[in-house]
Amino acid sequence: MDGFPILSLMLLVPLVGAAICFFVPAQTARMVALVATLVDLALGVVLWASFDIGGAQWQFVERAELFAGFSYALGIDGIALMLIMLSVFLMPICIGASWNSVTKRVGEYMAAFLMMETLMIGVFAAQDLFLFYIFFEAGLIPMYLIIGIWGGDNRIYASYKFFLYTLIGSVLMLIAMFWMVREAGTTDIPTLMATDFPAGAQNWLWLAFFASFAVKMPMWPVHTWLPDAHVQAPTAGSVILAGVLLKMGGYGFIRFSLPMFPEASANLAWVVFTMSMIAVVYTSLVALVQHDMKKLIAYSSVAHMAIVCMALFSFNVQGLEGSMIVMLSHGLVSGALFLAVGVIYDRLHTREIDRYGGLAINMPKYSLFFLLFTMASIGLPGTSGFVGEFLSLAGVYQISSWVALIGTTGIILGAAYMLYLYRRVAFGDQKNADAAAMPDLDKREWAMMLPLAAAVLWMGVYPESFLAPMRADIEWLDQRLAAAAPAGDAHLSEPNPEAVAEHHGEEAAAEGGSY
Amino acid sequence: MTDFSQSLALIAAEELLTVVGLVLLLCAAWMGDKASRLISIVAVAALVACAFIAAPALCGGLMGPERVAFSGQYTADAFSAFAKLLIYASGIASLIVAPRFFGRVGAMRAEYPILVLFAVLGMNMMVSATDFLSLYIGLELNSLAAYVLASFLRTDERSAEAGLKYFVLGALASGIILFGMSLTYGFTGSTNFAAVALAMDGTLATGALVGLIFVLAGLAFKISAVPFHMWTPDVYEGAPTPVTTFFATAPKVAALALTMRVALGAFGTQVDAWQQIVIFVSLASIVVGALGAIGQSNIKRLLAYSSINNVGFLLIGLAAATQEGASAMLVYLAIYVAMSVAGFVVVLMLRDAEGRPVEAIADMAGLSRTRPALAWALAAVMFSLAGIPPLFGFWGKFVVFQAAVNADLVALAAIGIAASVIGAFYYLKVVKIVFFDEPANVVAEGSESGVDALAHKVVLLIASLFISPLGYLLTPWLGDLADKAAAALYFVG
Repeated sequence: MDGFPILSLMLLVPLVGAAICFFVPAQTARMVALVATLVDLALGVVLWASFDIGGAQWQFVERAELFAGFSYALGIDGIALMLIMLSVFLMPICIGASWNSVTKRVGEYMAAFLMMETLMIGVFAAQDLFLFYIFFEAGLIPMYLIIGIWGGDNRIYASYKFFLYTLIGSVLMLIAMFWMVREAGTTDIPTLMATDFPAGAQNWLWLAFFASFAVKMPMWPVHTWLPDAHVQAPTAGSVILAGVLLKMGGYGFIRFSLPMFPEASANLAWVVFTMSMIAVVYTSLVALVQHDMKKLIAYSSVAHMAIVCMALFSFNVQGLEGSMIVMLSHGLVSGALFLAVGVIYDRLHTREIDRYGGLAINMPKYSLFFLLFTMASIGLPGTSGFVGEFLSLAGVYQISSWVALIGTTGIILGAAYMLYLYRRVAFGDQKNADAAAMPDLDKREWAMMLPLAAAVLWMGVYPESFLAPMRADIEWLDQRLAAAAPAGDAHLSEPNPEAVAEHHGEEAAAEGGSY
Repeated sequence: MTDFSQSLALIAAEELLTVVGLVLLLCAAWMGDKASRLISIVAVAALVACAFIAAPALCGGLMGPERVAFSGQYTADAFSAFAKLLIYASGIASLIVAPRFFGRVGAMRAEYPILVLFAVLGMNMMVSATDFLSLYIGLELNSLAAYVLASFLRTDERSAEAGLKYFVLGALASGIILFGMSLTYGFTGSTNFAAVALAMDGTLATGALVGLIFVLAGLAFKISAVPFHMWTPDVYEGAPTPVTTFFATAPKVAALALTMRVALGAFGTQVDAWQQIVIFVSLASIVVGALGAIGQSNIKRLLAYSSINNVGFLLIGLAAATQEGASAMLVYLAIYVAMSVAGFVVVLMLRDAEGRPVEAIADMAGLSRTRPALAWALAAVMFSLAGIPPLFGFWGKFVVFQAAVNADLVALAAIGIAASVIGAFYYLKVVKIVFFDEPANVVAEGSESGVDALAHKVVLLIASLFISPLGYLLTPWLGDLADKAAAALYFVG
């Protein structure tokens, strides 16, 4: 694979597909989009297979000086690899989810999704600060169009809110980037990650980046765009938003905030912790009272991402690994849940929880999948959610037992609202005749659910496959953070070694005496 | 210094424009309006020829005493060449799009291309001027032609009003500049930029400071920066759309280039005296331009406020007061010209069933379903103006803000870029109306055929390709040229 520009090819395939989709009729556009995303998935598998675990930190590096002021530089480490895999894995499923439900302006719709894919891969693969920014920001345009054209009733409001919130967050980051580039004299991300910026400036830079990533993540109190955007977006739009776009925030923290400004991260970790603690409890309670299924899952996303934030700022390997697994798991699970909502929405055209009930009777297969994803969202052992949340909270506990305590509350509340949702939708009486008459999953829906379920179980049973490529990078990040890491509050009080020895001596004597 | 014949050689482009303009004027007098197409073609050819004359100075990065004509009155260096090329491009675009617009109402008169030529000539002098006297002559030559152009649709009330407003306020601005120039001359003893800069070095006399402020205020009028922007929306709305296309591009380039020459050249030794003014004006322009645009229902008024907004971003580059800032402004100007041309050409292509121009934003509702290509071009312009990557408009903001940060104006950059989000709102509104709303069915479906319609499409295609992500491939080349131009501006002989 040496020298073969596989990352560029992965960017190019959806882009070409998007260009074709503009000019072809609906059914052809669907096929083109499906083929393009599947080709990208295949390329992703090749990428993963040829990724050298334990090899160079940055692999598949490409660099071309095409532009003034910044370069076209691509390259991935294990963290980026996993997030790219998540993106290319979810994309064909998104196309499948829109196969029948999107009927107007299909070509443009598919083009927007394919552009989205290019930009998502670009965000994770960019090795140049400004190239990253361009990919990061450019995602706003297709997403704005997806929500605004193909969204629900209140789509206009949601699309504006999504766009402006995210834009406000991002622009200050650009100014901070200028300052960093001026200080460090390079736009190369790996170099910047190892650059020590003056401690005084770090706090400002950190805050500027935080403004962007906190909105993207989204963290309380700037999360309010997310429920609107999720609810109004078409199913596939929600899947991509929850599955990948939110991960850009977490990726930003792990790629920029933490390694580039370790001291500021330690100084300002309390901001993250406070916001995350409020988010976990508050959004979980909000989720508990929702009548709209999509809104409920949207709030649960905020709560899960708050766990990711906590874990990222735990300054230890468990926390960082946990946050990455939560991100991957949440990408799969929340995507799957939105898809599950989409399946019944396509049949009944309502997201109102009360309009369903007793689906386990007439849609047993659907209910099984829904149950699996509900359990994964709660974090049942054996599913991906457990691995991530366990590692995350174990990491957080080492730095602050209080934050871990509140974070765990979120897990309990998560069980409450998810089980409550599941009970209302799948169990109980079939009180609505139209809901009771819904047919079970068809082949297309099987084809979308099955890979997601398999991935969730795989990640739950053998997370090593996903952790192995990231291990060295997280190790590196932990080393980088070691100097700045604050002391935790939750150390076990070490027993006095002399007393222990004495005690053992006495015991030995007593034992010896007895013989 | 150069002798007289060399001076004449340096102003070859201006001489060509003068001669062609006068000859065409005679042609128009003898042949009447039916020759307007021929005259337009010759005028375009003249502008292309001028571009070929100016290009070598830019590509070669020419500067220094051998490029100075008429004892310092005039400088034909890389900087003026850069501005001239942009002016020629804008002039050509507004000549190409004119016949169809005026032809519909039978107002395609032979004078239009000639007035454009004279306006371009005036602008050439503005960007080349290195003396307050030649500056003023250029400014007035351009303004007089522009006043007539604004009221070119004589029978249209709005056009006449635009012309009158432009004239009254423009004359006021000229008076303010003239007053400032006289004060500056009085306190420094010279009208030559280099001599003024030399005389102002050190402590600044109050009278000279007042002169500086008046000159800058008058120039702010010409570039329609807040608080001297009031005329812009009315004139842009009232003037015939091809003329608005011209106003939004060429005079902006000329006046901004002139402002750079004056601020960085003549007043270059007193940066502290004007930097805070420019900072205020730029932030005020960004905010007022953005807020003012929100309530607009006419696309031309919206683009007028957008141009005020863009001037604010351009002035951030000036506030940096560095060579990098000057280069950034030139890059921004080039992108701004392409965005404006594309935007106005889209407006020009919007016709209702009877062929009347469509200007109300509400009438564009659902355009993406009836005229998808046009809708996508408009969306590209809007996102580009909003500075959203990967469109090329982002690059203009990028270089300008980078220059500001590199000049230690981090706070200015942060406030300016945060205010740019306000602007994004109304650009998004246009996209929303075009893409999300149900079709209003006002704009005629199906594109027209014919030479003029084809010409519109070609201009739009070129401008759209420039502002598309493909534009980034031009950045090394564009940046290189802008650097050469900025180096020439900063050349101290």
